[in-house]
Amino acid sequence: MAKVFIYPATSLILSDLVARFGHKPLGAALGIRERIQTAGVDSPPLQITPEEPKRGLKYAAVEVPSGVRGRMAIYGPLLEEAEAAIIVTDADLAFGCMGCARTDELILFSLRQSGIPILELKYPANEEEGVQFVAAVKKFLDGLENGGET
Amino acid sequence: MAEYIPDYVGTVTKYVFVESPSMTPGELALRAYEVSEGVLIKETCFGLQVTGEPESVDRLIEVIRAFDPPHIFVKDRGFPPGDPRRCRANLGGARPGYLGHEREFRILRYITHGLEELDRRGGEEAEPAPPTLEKRPLLDIKRLQELIDTEES
Repeated sequence: MAKVFIYPATSLILSDLVARFGHKPLGAALGIRERIQTAGVDSPPLQITPEEPKRGLKYAAVEVPSGVRGRMAIYGPLLEEAEAAIIVTDADLAFGCMGCARTDELILFSLRQSGIPILELKYPANEEEGVQFVAAVKKFLDGLENGGET
Repeated sequence: MAEYIPDYVGTVTKYVFVESPSMTPGELALRAYEVSEGVLIKETCFGLQVTGEPESVDRLIEVIRAFDPPHIFVKDRGFPPGDPRRCRANLGGARPGYLGHEREFRILRYITHGLEELDRRGGEEAEPAPPTLEKRPLLDIKRLQELIDTEES
């Protein structure tokens, strides 16, 4: 079972397909869950404390806005853990404020620099593209070193 | 600063989406309750949220998926069900993240078709070509000059 980072990190489709074909999807929920379930200082809504931008310094320079560094404190450990990645390039649902947009750019840049196997796709717009989409994901996941469990 | 004491420590929460012509979220919830064995189940408009020990949730998901594999989709959730920081009962309007789900929900029928078609082919037919990514055409130098001239005049 390989750990596969998914982009958009909140994607239902990618998360389901990765798990369905026997691998572990690494998405935003895992990082958020870790913070939500850790006792400390109350910092709603996502339990992002002033410590997070400091942790984010590992992934972004000090002059990078704290909003990006705080987000990278969630995604950075997942990127380090990832053994492969699936990216949907035309995901219009992955929009957000400037902090989200710059963090997304940094995530994609980090993934492409990391040298792990990456599959880049577009969301299907019809049934035939749906077959192509699922087949491409299955072939990519089957080809990973750690194999699938299906 | 107030102290934060988390609930549901050590549990996982997962969304179960059902997009099926033969099963409603209510029916799925009823069948899930029969095999829940201590897992907390919350019925929603799109399916379920299940919360519990990781092993119990994985087992339940495995059973639920088997009801209608190409039409049931699962993903992780960071917050437990009913969390006041996320629940729309406290916030009003759509839950944060709902709009993303709504966007992907429209594509699920293509994914379902892909899963069914690949299952039907069973590796007998040649695999379909992977979808190609369109490259943006480069800006022609003459067109750039035209744009500059237009801007200057």
